[in-house]
Amino acid sequence: MSKVVVVTSGKGGVGKTTTSASISTGLALKGYKVAVIDFDVGLRNLDLIMGCERRVVYDFVNVVQGEASLKQALIKDKRVPSLFILAASQTRDKDALTKEGVGKVIEDLKADGFDYIVCDSPAGIEKGAQLALYFADEAIIVTNPEVSSVRDSDRILGILQAKSKRAEEGEDPIVEHLVITRYNPARVEAGEMLSVDDVIDLLSVPFLGVIPESEQVLNASNSGLPVILETESDAAEAYEDVVARFLGEEREQRFLTEEKKGLFKKLFGR
Amino acid sequence: MALLDYFLGQKKKKSANVAKDRLQILLAHERSARHSPSYLPKMREEILQVIAKYVDIDPEQLSLSVDEANGVDVLELNLVLPD
Repeated sequence: MSKVVVVTSGKGGVGKTTTSASISTGLALKGYKVAVIDFDVGLRNLDLIMGCERRVVYDFVNVVQGEASLKQALIKDKRVPSLFILAASQTRDKDALTKEGVGKVIEDLKADGFDYIVCDSPAGIEKGAQLALYFADEAIIVTNPEVSSVRDSDRILGILQAKSKRAEEGEDPIVEHLVITRYNPARVEAGEMLSVDDVIDLLSVPFLGVIPESEQVLNASNSGLPVILETESDAAEAYEDVVARFLGEEREQRFLTEEKKGLFKKLFGR
Repeated sequence: MALLDYFLGQKKKKSANVAKDRLQILLAHERSARHSPSYLPKMREEILQVIAKYVDIDPEQLSLSVDEANGVDVLELNLVLPD
């Protein structure tokens, strides 16, 4: 049974593409066959975050318009064997994607035996974002512990519940999951940042985990590596936990409290 | 001053709490707007115009909402008349 998973947030810059890259890589590492699709037509970035920007020949729009086959357009990841990337078009405009065209690509991917089809949504609530979530079975809502991000996530939740294929056809609703990124436990403890409990309270969405604010996220994107592969970093471990919980595994929450510095560290720094 | 703030400032609300309070109010408002019929804002305007013909009212004082109670949709109209 293949599943369509949308990674969405409403607001831009909260970590959708970073999360799409790491979750799809994490699912593929668990042995699933995964396709990750960039829906941000005109502003593609998933290829860059995943380090395959120089291997894009055909893109999502080419496939939707019948100018290339799915096989030609899917880029096989060089690190993880069962992972494939479908880049967005950089030159076409947003209207190049249609509901029928996207639906056909998703059906073809299912027929090809993909276990997970991860849709990396563009920011906003316009056509691109609506198409990215339309066919979803599950949704990962990426939120920063910050007022505008929480508000926009609530807005996108409303759209998930009203305008998806599942909602329109009266099927079971999309299964929602919350991932809180750029979490800074020290600032939460100082009362300067919304806590995990606050955000869960406000959005009432089942919680997968936090990704702590980490220098490794920028380091990884600089070198075109999904941060989950940046072993021994907090962000990688946090994404690994999130993937495991997404697959139904029980794992204790981590990275919610500040790491206490010992006396030695306090005196000699770092 | 910092020392004084330390002793007096305990009452000052942490910004995260302020954020949560603001969001709670805002999200409740936006969610109810999301589920209400799309004709509601226009109907509200027209009702206001009719009432304003007879009574001098503050437009902000009119609240209009559609709720569901016992399987029946209820249109609720609340208006504070001036003294």
